[in-house]
Amino acid sequence: MVPSVLFAIFAGVLVLSALGVIIARNPVHSALLLILCFFTSAVLWLLLEAEFLALVLVLVYVGAVMVLFLFVIMMLDVNVTRMREGFTRYAPLGAIVSGIIILQLAGAIWLRSGLPAAEPLTPREAGHSNTRELGAVLYTEHVYAFELAAFILLLAIIAAIMLTLRQRPGLKVQDVSAQVKVQRKDRVRLVKMDAEKDS
Amino acid sequence: MITLAHYLTLSAVLFAISVAGIYLNRKNVILLLMCIELQLLAVNFNFIAFSRFLDDVAGQVFVFFILTVAAAEAAIGLAILVVLFRNRRSINVDELDSMKG
Amino acid sequence: MESVYLAIVLAPLLAAIVAGLFGRVIGRTGAHLLTIGAVALACALSLLVFKQQVIDGAEVFNQAIYTWAVIGDLRMEVGFLIDPLSALMMVVVTSVSLMVHIYTIGYMHDDPGYQRFFSYISLFTFAMLMLVMSNNFLQLFFGWEAVGLVSYLLIGFWYTRPTAIFANFKAFLVNRVGDFGFLLGIAVILMFTGSLDYYEVFERSEALRAATVEVLPGSAWSAITVACILLFIGAMGKSAQMPLHVWLPDSMEGPTPISALIHAATMVTAGIFMLARMSPLFEYSEVALSLVLVIGATTALLTGLLGIVQNDIKRVVAYSTLSQLGYMTVALGASAYAAGIFHLMTHAFFKALLFLAAGSVIVALHHEQDMRRMGGLRRYMPITYWTCLLGSLSLIGFPGFAGFFSKDGIIEAVSEATRPGAGLALFAVIAGVFITSLYSFRMFFLVFHGQERMDEETRSHAHESPWVITLPLVLLAIPSVLVGWWAVGPMLFGDFFGSTIFLLPENDVLGRVAEHYTSPLGFLLHGLGSVVPWLSLAGVATAWYLYLHRPDLPGLIQSRLAPVHGLLVNKYYFDAFNERVLARGSVGLGQGLWRFGDVKLIDGALVNGTARLVSWTAAVVRHLQSGYLYHYAFAMSIGLALVLGWILLRG
Repeated sequence: MVPSVLFAIFAGVLVLSALGVIIARNPVHSALLLILCFFTSAVLWLLLEAEFLALVLVLVYVGAVMVLFLFVIMMLDVNVTRMREGFTRYAPLGAIVSGIIILQLAGAIWLRSGLPAAEPLTPREAGHSNTRELGAVLYTEHVYAFELAAFILLLAIIAAIMLTLRQRPGLKVQDVSAQVKVQRKDRVRLVKMDAEKDS
Repeated sequence: MITLAHYLTLSAVLFAISVAGIYLNRKNVILLLMCIELQLLAVNFNFIAFSRFLDDVAGQVFVFFILTVAAAEAAIGLAILVVLFRNRRSINVDELDSMKG
Repeated sequence: MESVYLAIVLAPLLAAIVAGLFGRVIGRTGAHLLTIGAVALACALSLLVFKQQVIDGAEVFNQAIYTWAVIGDLRMEVGFLIDPLSALMMVVVTSVSLMVHIYTIGYMHDDPGYQRFFSYISLFTFAMLMLVMSNNFLQLFFGWEAVGLVSYLLIGFWYTRPTAIFANFKAFLVNRVGDFGFLLGIAVILMFTGSLDYYEVFERSEALRAATVEVLPGSAWSAITVACILLFIGAMGKSAQMPLHVWLPDSMEGPTPISALIHAATMVTAGIFMLARMSPLFEYSEVALSLVLVIGATTALLTGLLGIVQNDIKRVVAYSTLSQLGYMTVALGASAYAAGIFHLMTHAFFKALLFLAAGSVIVALHHEQDMRRMGGLRRYMPITYWTCLLGSLSLIGFPGFAGFFSKDGIIEAVSEATRPGAGLALFAVIAGVFITSLYSFRMFFLVFHGQERMDEETRSHAHESPWVITLPLVLLAIPSVLVGWWAVGPMLFGDFFGSTIFLLPENDVLGRVAEHYTSPLGFLLHGLGSVVPWLSLAGVATAWYLYLHRPDLPGLIQSRLAPVHGLLVNKYYFDAFNERVLARGSVGLGQGLWRFGDVKLIDGALVNGTARLVSWTAAVVRHLQSGYLYHYAFAMSIGLALVLGWILLRG
């Protein structure tokens, strides 16, 4: 009974906050509501006993990705009012398309699924570790995919840096190699001159 | 009792909301990216629910990779946005039509 | 014997190749020595073969020499069939060819294309020998096309003259019509008998007789009739029967030696030869034979009339050739194959003689061909005069000359024939006798007698031709006069041809004529009793009266009978019809197809239309490429909904 209530509560919050994401006036609010979405999703995933992924979601998405989003929103200082012009112009079309999609999916789920949709969930035994279970296959069966994922992340880091890196003219920066390479004759000039005489 | 169908329905609703979000926030690239994150979340929901109900851990592995790739995508997408804004002083999609055929 | 046959065929070919490709190296003398040597060799060997076949009575040789291709049961071979008929043809071809080769030395003396000419006529000899010696339809067709090709090359020998180009083009096109029929005929035969070999086809001719073909929907024709008529269409093209005769007079644009060789003596008789060779098929098709008879009779009569109004010396001889080919065709149509071949042989000699004599006159008058500017040449060119007289007498069938025997044989045979069209044919051949002698002696008198109408300078240069020209004239005059005495008995009434020519008993018209044949002299006397020789003498007398005694009369007749004269001068408007209706129609059709089919349909609708469709589609579709990110996102989501719907509906 408890899981059902929890599911109902968090599912409701998730749907409402998702709706908030798409209709919020301020992008910052949207981002914050999206964070709420991720939190509630993490809770729902915990209900599904996928603890590792729930925590990863919170850590990676809330802790890193959404922070990045907020950072960009604030940095770019977007003109919100212009963005909102014609906000509802395509709303009917969007409603129709998303309505069709939800009908199709619901139809597929409720009418024609041969899956164990109605079976109740049996809780795992006390000592079961989702992380161990996941790790056991991740580093054995899916090790190449794992390496590839790591490579993709590296690629993303380099790409992001390369995209945003720039040399603005007139910017004062240290050139370490030039500092190291410097020699005496570059800096000191010996000048011969006659002694000053008192006049 | 919560069944697989409940989770799937929730994910379908989430997906439909994010599709609608794309239509509503069509001009704001940041919000488009957020809607895409939301769609990925909906997909992840399906994977995890199936994984749990079918008792197959492969679904969770898949979610793991989706999260990885989505993080990379978000990072690059935002970097592109920053460059775009720097060059054009705007991220209004209405003004970005140089790919017009 | 095989090597002898091969040598006969290959010697002229080899000479043609060497003279054609290395003409510059071997020079003019080398070229004519080589080709004459090769043809002389072929001629000598042909005579040997003739002796073996006819006098010694050797076995008929029928053997494949080389298998070119095998397709299922169909064997495509090169082979020789040597029997009295082909032996006779070989002798005629090689001997006339040899005469023409020698004559050419004199006639083409100043021509820059000397070696080329020798190469061509040797090549022609090769092709004609392949045609007559063939033992199957494929090789026959090869020879058929090869002589057509050489004829084309030689008519257009002086390729800088527009008229020559027009003439060879015309000859080529008209022959295509005939050859198309010929090829279809071969196809019909192949279809029903499954073989191309003559003897196999003849053995299996029941299959042809039994089968029927629906040429037009709803009307079943006997396959043998269809095949024979198609083959005869081929013969009509090559042997210039009406209405496919129009190319032959124009082919006189070529040098005179080839007019003698190709367009009088040999190639044009290929059709006659082929029909005689096919007698085992034609005998079973009364319809086809009637058609042959009627076409031949029409040609013999109508083209003879045209000869009367021509002024070009070579054209008169050309129309005479047409008329004589008509005689041969009539003989074939009356089932008197032997008579046709006999006339073919005598005609080859006297017509070659007449052409060469005409050529001799032309050379003497510096390539003047208009008879209105000739006359009185008897004094200047005695040898040409006498040989031409002998040739003309032979042509008109003067009693005792070769032409008399062959022509009288045909007339006798036709008078015995009973098949439909025989009455018309009899009238045509008898009327033709008068007409033949009228135009022949009109030409003879205009050229050699009467006033000297050429200009002073030409007259001062007129002289007898050199010996290389007169020698062939003399050599040809001998058989033109004498060959009938020797040949009439065995060829017309004996079993000269043996089994080569097949006759149904009820069609044996010559056999009926033979009942009162005793000797050549008897035949001659019997002929004198009929109307024929007197008609030819009347023709001569008329010609004498009109063109020597009262030279003013022809002009008077001409103005009185202006419509008839107009009809004749315009050659019954065949050329006009061909040019206005067929040629212009084809051009119009081509123009129409070009304008509509090519420009509009292919270029317009298909080629440009494709491009325009692509560009139009692109112009429409490019509006979808708005460049706005969200439009693409919308498209993706709508597409997702559609694909999802499709998957759910399908599964």
